[in-house]
Amino acid sequence: MPIGLLKYGLARRYPARRQFPPERPLKPVYDIVIIGAGGHGLAAAYYLAKQWGLRNVCVLDKGWIAGGNTGRNTAIVRANYLTPEGVRFYAESVALFRELSQELDFNILYSERGHLTLAHTDAALRTARWRAEVNKHLGVSSELIGVDEIRRLCPVLNLSEEARYPVLGALYHPPGAIARHDAIAWGYARAAADMGVELHQHTEVTGIRRQGDRVVGVETNRGVISCARALQAVAGSSSRLAALAGFRLPIVTVPLQACVSQPLQPFLDPIVVSASLHCYVSQTPRGELVMGGAVDGYPLYQQRSTLDFKETLMSDLLELFPFLSEVKVLRQWAGIADMTPDFSPVMGETPLANYYIDAGWGTWGFKATPVCGKRMAETLATGAVPDLLRPFALQRFDSFRQLGERGAAAVGH
Amino acid sequence: MKLIPCPLNGLRNAEEFVCGGEVQPEPDASQLSAADWAQHVFHRDNRAGLVREWWLHVPSGYWFIAERDTLSDRFLRSYPASELFAKRTPVGPAEPGDR
Repeated sequence: MPIGLLKYGLARRYPARRQFPPERPLKPVYDIVIIGAGGHGLAAAYYLAKQWGLRNVCVLDKGWIAGGNTGRNTAIVRANYLTPEGVRFYAESVALFRELSQELDFNILYSERGHLTLAHTDAALRTARWRAEVNKHLGVSSELIGVDEIRRLCPVLNLSEEARYPVLGALYHPPGAIARHDAIAWGYARAAADMGVELHQHTEVTGIRRQGDRVVGVETNRGVISCARALQAVAGSSSRLAALAGFRLPIVTVPLQACVSQPLQPFLDPIVVSASLHCYVSQTPRGELVMGGAVDGYPLYQQRSTLDFKETLMSDLLELFPFLSEVKVLRQWAGIADMTPDFSPVMGETPLANYYIDAGWGTWGFKATPVCGKRMAETLATGAVPDLLRPFALQRFDSFRQLGERGAAAVGH
Repeated sequence: MKLIPCPLNGLRNAEEFVCGGEVQPEPDASQLSAADWAQHVFHRDNRAGLVREWWLHVPSGYWFIAERDTLSDRFLRSYPASELFAKRTPVGPAEPGDR
């Protein structure tokens, strides 16, 4: 054992590094106010300070850091989307994720597993082929594979032709990965705070002050602050905050549930998704199976779990892995998701000139954390929306230019 | 299993129902600008709290109105659409040969 380590063992105070600075009073004026201290908001704050030198920035949250959907997703990262706009966007995100542990000096436990989207019908095979071709065209590694190749990648999967819905093929996406979601928010928060960004938890926005079509300030339960620009990144509460700012969104809020099993020995390397059976599963480094399915059947602002969800999810999962029937569920939870009509997010400008939005992330927001933060920071710093984000503008609905991503986002997450 | 009150069939399993979205005023499609049409088709109040929605009982094909609380997940009242809408919205041309 190194002698240096003994020193800490004998010392009265362990010199643990404080992750975030103690909370300070709110200042009356900030250059930029970011509402929502989830992964997206914190990433935007980090890139504002790092890339654009803007440090008079505060991040507000009515709860705590990463207490919303950032800590409630199933932590899957992939870029095998359907629309060219989507693939380009998520490909940049995957590239940023790969370097993130180094960049933030915080281990995000990024683990590339490969991502299998199983096809049980001819229609699903066709979509898989379509996605593979779009992906390859844009330099993203994806391939339509047959049952023999699936068996090689995931020998434990039930590939019997006697199954109720036999597997016909799969879209295989080797860069598909999982990561530790909390670590990403904490890493961004710590790095941003080190550069002078202020984090204010338990600070709820209660009103948006406007002058004409400009935002001049934000009212909170701790007082009013003025700002030159503001960003809302509050998945699950997007419509409520937008209503305070005075506009409506093409969003309905629906719970998305998930659960994990008791820890098992490592047996499942790839992430397995079945859109036809409405389920997906991956095994964490701790050995727990992370399992989820489609969103609930009706809009709700509640993070409750239901038995119905688990009954339907398990009946589908046991089709794929019959030997799991004795395994117990360890934890269950839900997040509330912003569902858009076209299954694509909403990023960029709003009807207010200096108020920007990052919303509509439905069930697929985690994987976009770095790229969204980086590009929203660029938007806030320059006042111009980068080309990568333009197709996702809120205005696309007014001009009927939706970005249909349902085939790749509905259950895949 | 959650139970939902249907004005026609009484309390039934939630699985038998589909939510049809917020009740909104029916616009006059012939007079609407594209932006107003987009507001009607895509944008929602998406309120946290008391909402009034269309619901469908799938097995009986019966559409009705329900009032519920999206914060507490409670159904407060459900009733036939005729309580809200005195007359049917005409579909197609208003008069024969009016196309």
